[in-house]
Amino acid sequence: MTAPGVQEDVTGRPPVIERRLHPVTPLRRAWAPVAVLMGWAVHDPDGAQRQLTRLTTTTLLLGLAVLIPAAALYGFLSWWFTHFAVTDSELRVRTGLLFRRTAHIRLERIQAIDVTQPLLARVAGVAKLKLDVIGADKKDELAFLGAGEARALRAELLARAAGFAPETAHEVGEAPSQQMLRVPPGVLAVSLLLTGATWGWLLVAAVALPLLWTATHSLWTVLAAGIPMLGAAGASSVGRFVAEYDWTLGESPDGLRIDHGLLDRAHETVPPGRVQTVRLVEPLLWRRRGWVRVELDVAGSSNSLLLPVAPRAMAESVVARVLPGVVTVPPPEAFSRPPRGARWCVPVWWRGHGLAVTDAVFASRRGLLRRSLSLVPHAKVQSVRLAQGPWQRAHGVADVHVDTGANATVTARLRPAGEAAALLRAQAERSRTGRRDALPDRWMA
Amino acid sequence: METGSPHDAGTADDAQGTPSPAEAPAPDGGVEPVWRALPPGLLTMRRLLLVVWLGLLTLATALVPGLLIGPAWGAFAVLPPALLLWGWVMLERNWRSWRYAERADDLLISRGVLWHEETVVPYGRMQLVEVTSGPVERHFGLASVQLHTAAAATDATIPGLDPAEAERLRDRLTELGEARSAGL
Repeated sequence: MTAPGVQEDVTGRPPVIERRLHPVTPLRRAWAPVAVLMGWAVHDPDGAQRQLTRLTTTTLLLGLAVLIPAAALYGFLSWWFTHFAVTDSELRVRTGLLFRRTAHIRLERIQAIDVTQPLLARVAGVAKLKLDVIGADKKDELAFLGAGEARALRAELLARAAGFAPETAHEVGEAPSQQMLRVPPGVLAVSLLLTGATWGWLLVAAVALPLLWTATHSLWTVLAAGIPMLGAAGASSVGRFVAEYDWTLGESPDGLRIDHGLLDRAHETVPPGRVQTVRLVEPLLWRRRGWVRVELDVAGSSNSLLLPVAPRAMAESVVARVLPGVVTVPPPEAFSRPPRGARWCVPVWWRGHGLAVTDAVFASRRGLLRRSLSLVPHAKVQSVRLAQGPWQRAHGVADVHVDTGANATVTARLRPAGEAAALLRAQAERSRTGRRDALPDRWMA
Repeated sequence: METGSPHDAGTADDAQGTPSPAEAPAPDGGVEPVWRALPPGLLTMRRLLLVVWLGLLTLATALVPGLLIGPAWGAFAVLPPALLLWGWVMLERNWRSWRYAERADDLLISRGVLWHEETVVPYGRMQLVEVTSGPVERHFGLASVQLHTAAAATDATIPGLDPAEAERLRDRLTELGEARSAGL
């Protein structure tokens, strides 16, 4: 099935070697029909029970006899028709049985590479490799590859993206990684216990379920209402603990490495200069302990967590290393508050807003109970907007929005009107000049 | 990455930069960009559309309740003309508020009277410049220019331009964008 393109032969380059995914791949969709049935059963338990009692052994066997080979055939064909190849500058993915699809992903445009191993994949010794490029599709992830192969491929893709010579790229190997921070499981557990969402859902359940029971006396109604509530509480506590367990942050010449997960392991790599915005979030109950959560935005990537919980000083030092250039998180006293007139626009909460602009970042703070501080390096600003409604004009304030490539907009709310106009011009200028000392896309070139 | 213009050596805090041919020195020593307004075609088109739609609405509000319930109910037909008068004035205010300026390194778009909004897009950040013209716009000899950056929130559209001006702007923006190109 290897089909070197004509073009490569003409130019004398080595032919492109196409590879297939790991042979266990067809099994990944085996659970899909079961999941559909389960979903239907949960959605409509009464109907499911009626259907089950009506089912005879013959129809059951007949159904299985059709369903299993069909699923197996689909899985096999979709595996058979999926190929990928690494060229000097691209990753090519060719897939599709009826609707053929070829994606050529330019390596210097890579925003992040993730290698993830769901629990069953860990048992089978395989892993998923996902490239984040702006506009890339979920379909372009390579699932599954052998675990070792995935690591080797990631190292090769990063080496090529970094600008190593094509001949040596597959020999460069994995860049050495230096551990920056590891979140202890105890701290993670305490931090999740101090998160409001879990207790909120439990409280809602504790109030609503007895009320429902007294009103309807129907077990099914109570269960139908209770299971989603308890599920939400579980997802925001146990679910997050499992996903964020053993969160390790490393630094390497290839950028940030984030490894986490108890059952499903994920290894994310964000090359240098790809982080667009960083947010330090400080829930109310964490404040006494001085903990913060650090979130980040990378264009085209769904990963948004940099650190689930860390002491503020440590988080700030991590942020300083993650953002390009010499960045320090502005201290609280550096933030200027909105003018007093703003209290008529946003009562009480106007005090939570604040803005600080340094040589390297645009920093905007908001929130009173749950504080959130967003940082945008000037080099990452795509456009700047000033917006002022009639009510805001009457009180002499305006909002300044700063848009970044990760579709994240950071807003400095309720600035004095004159300052906002000056800020608009100054920020556009800083956005333009801030780019000059940015790293090139190929960071090792 | 960024080639920049010869005079972008100013410090980051130097918000205004050095004067360039596209900018005229303002009395206060700063640089006030040269603003361009929209041609009157857009106002004519919007007013005509307003008259057509509200005219139809007037007919509908006069005839439907007037015939079905009673002639007195036809009095509701005075509401759309009142709206028409108000809209007539508002459209002009809105049209006057639209203006744009090409500075040495970025494009400024300012619009809105009550809800005022001003957008700055550095040329180096433009990914795509689009000129569009719908059937009604084409009839009135109008075209809009839309700028796209890597941020979807960037809302930089200049409506109701003369097609020749729209094309000039597109070519100039593309040229400047290439010269100052910077990625994400």
